[in-house]
Amino acid sequence: MSEAITFVMAHANTWAATALICIGLWVVMVRGNLFKKVIGLNIFQTGVFLFYISMGYIRGGTAPIVVDRPDAVYANPLPHVLILTAIVVSVATTSLALALIVRIRESYGTTEEDDVNASDEP
Amino acid sequence: MNVPLPLSWLPLIAIAVPLACVPLILLARHFPDVREGITLAGAGLLVVVVCLLAYGLSLGSVAELEIYGPIADLPLTLRVEPLGMLFALVAGFLWLVTSIYAIGYMRAHHEGNQTRFYVFFAIAIGATMGVAFAGDLITLFIFYEVLTLSTFPLVTHAQTDAARRAGRIYLGMLMGSSIGLFLVAIVITYVVAGTLDFRPGGILNGRIQPALAGLLLALYVFGIGKAAVMPMHRWLPAAMVAPTPVSALLHAVAVVKAGAFSVLKIATMIFGFDLVGSLTATTLLQAVAAFTVIAASLVALTKDNLKARLAYSTVSQLSYIVLAALIADPAAFLGGGFHIATHAFGKITLFFCAGAILVAAHKTEISQLDGLGRVMPLTFGAFLVGSFSLIGLPPFGGLWSKWMMIEGALDTQQWILVAVFATSTLLNIAYLLPIPFRAFFRPLPAGVSPRLQEAPAACLAAMAVTSGGCLVLFFMPDAIVALLAGALP
Amino acid sequence: MDLLAHLPALQVVVPLIGAPICALLTAPRLSQAFAVLVSLVTFAISLILLNQVLADGVIVYGMGGWQAPWGIVYVVDPLSALLLCLISGMAAIVMPAVRLGIGAETTERSRRLFLSLALLALTGMLGIVITGDAFNLYVFLEISSLSSYALVATGTDRRAVAAAFNYLVQGTIGATFILIGIGLLYMMTGTLNMADLGERIGDLRDTAPVQAALAFILIGAAVKAALFPTHAWMPNAYTYAPSMVSAFFGATATKVGAYIMIRFIFTVFGAEWVFGTMMVGWILVPLGIAAAFVGSLVAIWQTDLKRMLAYSSVAQVGYISAAIGLGNHDGLIAAIVHVFNHGLMKGALFMVMACVILRLGRADISSFRGLGRRMPVTMACFVVAGLSMIGVPLTVGFVSKWYLVLGAIEAGMWPVAVLVLMSSLLAIVYIWRVVEVAYFAPPPDAARVREAPALLLVPTLMLTVLCVAFGIATDTTVGVASYAIGFLVGEP
Repeated sequence: MSEAITFVMAHANTWAATALICIGLWVVMVRGNLFKKVIGLNIFQTGVFLFYISMGYIRGGTAPIVVDRPDAVYANPLPHVLILTAIVVSVATTSLALALIVRIRESYGTTEEDDVNASDEP
Repeated sequence: MNVPLPLSWLPLIAIAVPLACVPLILLARHFPDVREGITLAGAGLLVVVVCLLAYGLSLGSVAELEIYGPIADLPLTLRVEPLGMLFALVAGFLWLVTSIYAIGYMRAHHEGNQTRFYVFFAIAIGATMGVAFAGDLITLFIFYEVLTLSTFPLVTHAQTDAARRAGRIYLGMLMGSSIGLFLVAIVITYVVAGTLDFRPGGILNGRIQPALAGLLLALYVFGIGKAAVMPMHRWLPAAMVAPTPVSALLHAVAVVKAGAFSVLKIATMIFGFDLVGSLTATTLLQAVAAFTVIAASLVALTKDNLKARLAYSTVSQLSYIVLAALIADPAAFLGGGFHIATHAFGKITLFFCAGAILVAAHKTEISQLDGLGRVMPLTFGAFLVGSFSLIGLPPFGGLWSKWMMIEGALDTQQWILVAVFATSTLLNIAYLLPIPFRAFFRPLPAGVSPRLQEAPAACLAAMAVTSGGCLVLFFMPDAIVALLAGALP
Repeated sequence: MDLLAHLPALQVVVPLIGAPICALLTAPRLSQAFAVLVSLVTFAISLILLNQVLADGVIVYGMGGWQAPWGIVYVVDPLSALLLCLISGMAAIVMPAVRLGIGAETTERSRRLFLSLALLALTGMLGIVITGDAFNLYVFLEISSLSSYALVATGTDRRAVAAAFNYLVQGTIGATFILIGIGLLYMMTGTLNMADLGERIGDLRDTAPVQAALAFILIGAAVKAALFPTHAWMPNAYTYAPSMVSAFFGATATKVGAYIMIRFIFTVFGAEWVFGTMMVGWILVPLGIAAAFVGSLVAIWQTDLKRMLAYSSVAQVGYISAAIGLGNHDGLIAAIVHVFNHGLMKGALFMVMACVILRLGRADISSFRGLGRRMPVTMACFVVAGLSMIGVPLTVGFVSKWYLVLGAIEAGMWPVAVLVLMSSLLAIVYIWRVVEVAYFAPPPDAARVREAPALLLVPTLMLTVLCVAFGIATDTTVGVASYAIGFLVGEP
């Protein structure tokens, strides 16, 4: 039993990221409101960011700035830099999605996916 | 023997001549006389080219040319061999005759879109030459497909709903079978043999398990939809909506013979007699072909529409050649090859007559022909000649081809097949002869004047040539047998 | 010369810089001319790169002078060079006609932004193909995706916006899946350079994270390639997008997904492990065949012909996936060659739609009645490209199908060979349906319809001619493909 707990705890970051990814995907798939879909997409991506960021962290490590201590352990900065890029991409995606929703609202008068689909039925 | 350079180019020229007519015909589209003149000149030139090739072949030279390579690893080659030579001779000569006939027919019948007609006709002949001279399976397949596509606009020429429906059946069956079965067979052959060249004696023998070989043979026989072995025959009656010159040259000679020719060539030069003869599947396929011979004849008996009856007769006669290929015996091979020529001349004569009757008397059904022999004696005379040749009566060429095929069946002691040939001859008599007899011996319906009213002179001339051809073939079997014998290993 | 050495960077930088400049050029025709110029230069660079690769082998270019594994490298091998040519070539062919193909009511300003977006999408796709760095690939993927969502949304029909939104949601999920996969790979190996990954992954292959990475990346690439059943975004996006966008993306976008799949399977994970141990072939081949049938069958019933072409793309991507899944030499040739060939023929067909929409305002089957006489050249292009889609010999479609069937038989998968050919019979139905209407049905009204203008007609004709030219001169494409395979499987 304790082994299982250790296993879960040792990978706590992964579990958290997985949970966020699943919640995000669930929202995207199940919610009919377009805003909620975008929010779901953001949760999903945040899960991935978390996964990257925690991956680079080393327990007891310090920020990757050279310090005058021979036994210093540095966190890996690369995943953090990468995810900075991914966050920028995510912001761009979100803004584009919101812009599209505005256009959809203008021409359909609704932000519900079902209503949008229904009003295009012949 | 060393081939002089120009001769090795001749097969390509034979393909190029009809294709070169296409832009010229298009340019001359506003001048019908010039346009038809171009077709005739092209046809005449083609006859010269194929005669030169035949002469070269008789001297023992093999014109061989790699036209382009590789398409998907495969070089495209043209090679003149006896069977293809015979096919090219027949198709090339009959193109000339049909062109003369078509000019009379299309004008007398006031058909529309004549430029399109002549253009695709020329392309179809070019493709037929390609089929005849193909040196390997992939080249054969390419020209086979070009032939299908180029004849589609000819079948749907009338642009009526019926023509479009027929066009759909035509294209669907021919392309469906060729891509779905024929191409599969080619790829399997390539994987097994590592080459697709036609070679005397075949390329598969000793390299393939019998079960796979049987499957492969079946794929070829059914995949070559143009050979019209049942149940792949439906496209042929459907194609009869086309103008008569198309039915005559393409659906009695070029297209259908391209199918039968391919089967014969594949049986001898891909499989080889030994392999075909040793397979269990061969017996089954023989049964299918024999069934087609008999069943198509029976269906022909029930058809009142003249062209439909001739179409089913073609289905039946094509399976003779397939059967000859499956008998896998030198005599049967010679008979099958010879039958390409004799059936071509006989059947084209019959179609010419059908077209002449349509143009001059506006009749399409057999039951309407009573007494018409007195109005159109020349036409029905030619019809009688064609019928006799198809049945196999002397002094017409059909006798020899049937004779040799039966000889092949006797050689291999396949008595049932002998019986099939005999039965079908009786059926030939039953569905062909009543037509001229009705025309000559029944009285004209009341109110129709027995004044002589024949088809246009161009049509009559064409009929005269082809029925003369039936006669000539009777007197020169040796020349053709000598030519074909060169293909035997 | 110095400039020549920097071509791999310029390949991406030129359209990247060109995009904002294009948006700033306010003179009406200037932005158009500039975009054309940029795409032509880009295409020229691709051709030179292809030439260099064929002559001297792989080009590795360290961005900013940093060599692998510290910096980002651009790697031009024959596969990427071929795709660079396809993508930039399509851009160069399509770009001059943009004015005619994006709807009449667009304003001058929106057209400028459109061109700028198109150049960005071009940048993204070129970057995906040229980069040798896994994370960089993700960034370029998002650049091309974001700009293509926006481009789809510029369609005049309001459904274009809804389609773009769906495309955005599904595309983002796909791209993020790839991001997860790359993260897992980095976690295990500590590198992002694809060649490096391929080396270090050796003993780690049978760990769970690497297996998960394979799954995430394949699914992500499948979404981008619109492989059945993840194709849901495509039909609407291609139907309602402006014709030019459909033509450009129809020819290139899904191919980039297929490229990602090939690149990761062969360069990073190793074909032996992917097909031998993980049995990915047993997923890709059945899905591919299912896609071929579903796509073709649905295409048969469409009345909107752009939608029909989109579903036909679903089927064609199926062939590519099945070809990859075969996992043997001929299968891979088929995949690479079909990526290129399908780009040509689908590009030509969508260009035909652009011509028809320009003249008739719509592209449903009834508007094609009698079009064979009214727009003879356009319809002739449709027939030729359509025959190519069916796979008639002497067209590019035959070449791909030949290798696909050969590969299937080599792999001992006879049913696959038969099913591939059977599904191409369905293509006869959906193509011929249109041909029949165009040539053998009377026009619906007496209105005079002129042939499309040269600006649209010439690119259409060029693509059509290429469909035949590469169907005859197959040694070019097949030669490059087999050369590329040498590098992919590591035995040049």
